[in-house]
Amino acid sequence: MNLLHDLALQRLFGGLIALLVVATVVGRLIERRTRDESAMATVQNLNARINAWWVMSVVFALAVVVGPIGSVVLFALLSFLALREFITLVPTRPSDHGALLWSFFLITPLQYLLVAVHWYGLFTILIPVYVFLFLALRIAISGDTTHFLERVSAIQWALMICVYSLSYAPALLGLSIRGHGTPGPTLLLFLVIVVQGSDVLQYIFGKLFGRRKIAPLVSPSKTVEGFLGGIAAATVLGALIWWATPFTFWQAGLQALVVALTGFGGGLVMSAVKRDRGVKDFGTIIAGHGGILDRVDSLTFAAPIFFHITRFFFGG
Amino acid sequence: MIASILAAAAQVIAGSTVRWLGCAPTAGQRVYIANHSSHFDFIVLWSYLPPPLRRLTRPVAARDYWERDAVRRYLATRVFNALLIDRVATPGTAAAGLGRQAVDQMVQSLDNRHSLILFPEGTRGAGEDLAPFRSGLYHLCRTRPEIEVIPVYLENLNRILPKGHLLPVPMLSRITFGAPLHLQPAEEKDAFLERARQAVRALKEAA
Repeated sequence: MNLLHDLALQRLFGGLIALLVVATVVGRLIERRTRDESAMATVQNLNARINAWWVMSVVFALAVVVGPIGSVVLFALLSFLALREFITLVPTRPSDHGALLWSFFLITPLQYLLVAVHWYGLFTILIPVYVFLFLALRIAISGDTTHFLERVSAIQWALMICVYSLSYAPALLGLSIRGHGTPGPTLLLFLVIVVQGSDVLQYIFGKLFGRRKIAPLVSPSKTVEGFLGGIAAATVLGALIWWATPFTFWQAGLQALVVALTGFGGGLVMSAVKRDRGVKDFGTIIAGHGGILDRVDSLTFAAPIFFHITRFFFGG
Repeated sequence: MIASILAAAAQVIAGSTVRWLGCAPTAGQRVYIANHSSHFDFIVLWSYLPPPLRRLTRPVAARDYWERDAVRRYLATRVFNALLIDRVATPGTAAAGLGRQAVDQMVQSLDNRHSLILFPEGTRGAGEDLAPFRSGLYHLCRTRPEIEVIPVYLENLNRILPKGHLLPVPMLSRITFGAPLHLQPAEEKDAFLERARQAVRALKEAA
């Protein structure tokens, strides 16, 4: 199948480009009209975010157009970078060095290799079963028992979030759907569009109407209005692109609701991690957004849930 | 070619945030002095210099470590263009002469228009506090007082490649370049070395 000639993909990417053009124009217009200095910082951050969205969209589109390998490699790199950010914040000790080398250079590539060959039976248990036990043993063998439980747990948690959960996104490419064969990239696109769209919509609704903080102790920037408006709008967005997916209009809306809610959960949990470690962002790699993990935090929660719900109800 | 690949690999591993707080990455001749906690230190510092500066900047490194095998010797001489100095006395040179010989080598390298990367602690620390600086830096500055000494603070590299390990683990780090220092005309050796040490240490907290 030549993806460049896939009508649904063309429409989705066409819509994305149109949205980005509108966002860019509006962003520039707002920047030209802003006089007040504190508002200017917000507007400049907004435009930095829009610019980064162009880059991220192009990278993602290229990966999808290259084919399944492109998506697997892209997400493997994202996992690597996310893990690098996460481990930086974990209070590891020099004796964890061996376990960390395993995590970065063997476990991460192996997980994505299993995803690439669609070995469902193994990629779903590699990290939660084998690596879970192996890492604890590897760190015990190092002989350093200071804060043993904290170190083992944190490294395992980092792998579960950054590698295992994220790898479910490209795993969608191997999912076969009753009556639809292997829809491949459209499922991945649906997930990424709804998750990232939900983040953007929550941000917009929060900035426009945000009054009451929803979790002031965890994430002071999240508001009730942003949450309700963003989730509702993302649900509508998902329903409106049902034609690109194996779902009906209502099924797509329901899936989008679940994706947006789990995505919100991911963002909240990762905010708690940042608070605990005393940082505002996981990194500085994406201008306006922060680190890779700041951008994919909601995806780490939404991807595995979306995969398993889709497989359970629609798998064939 | 190999240099660019190695520099890119070092950047993927170390993902550094680079801050030029007291000076700009311009082509003037300099001696970068940094805290030392990992064998990865100079590779990362070197890889984050803009390529034209990188080609003119020589890390000062211990000959006994970098000449131990063919790979290291190749990297040190061909890729990093390191200035190898003797820490261990060989027959024919007295131990006391080693320091003076090292300073002579560094002066000669400066006279050939190179910049230098120097770790004045002399050896790797645990990454917590800085050891007192060795006197070579002072003698170098006495001989070439016009040279700009740039303090550099390297953060988190001891976690990327701790003592006693061969392979680095990817982790984010930070490199902070501070304002240039000069040896004052009447400045005593110990006062200057301590001032330089505090200048490096202060960059840890600098915003």
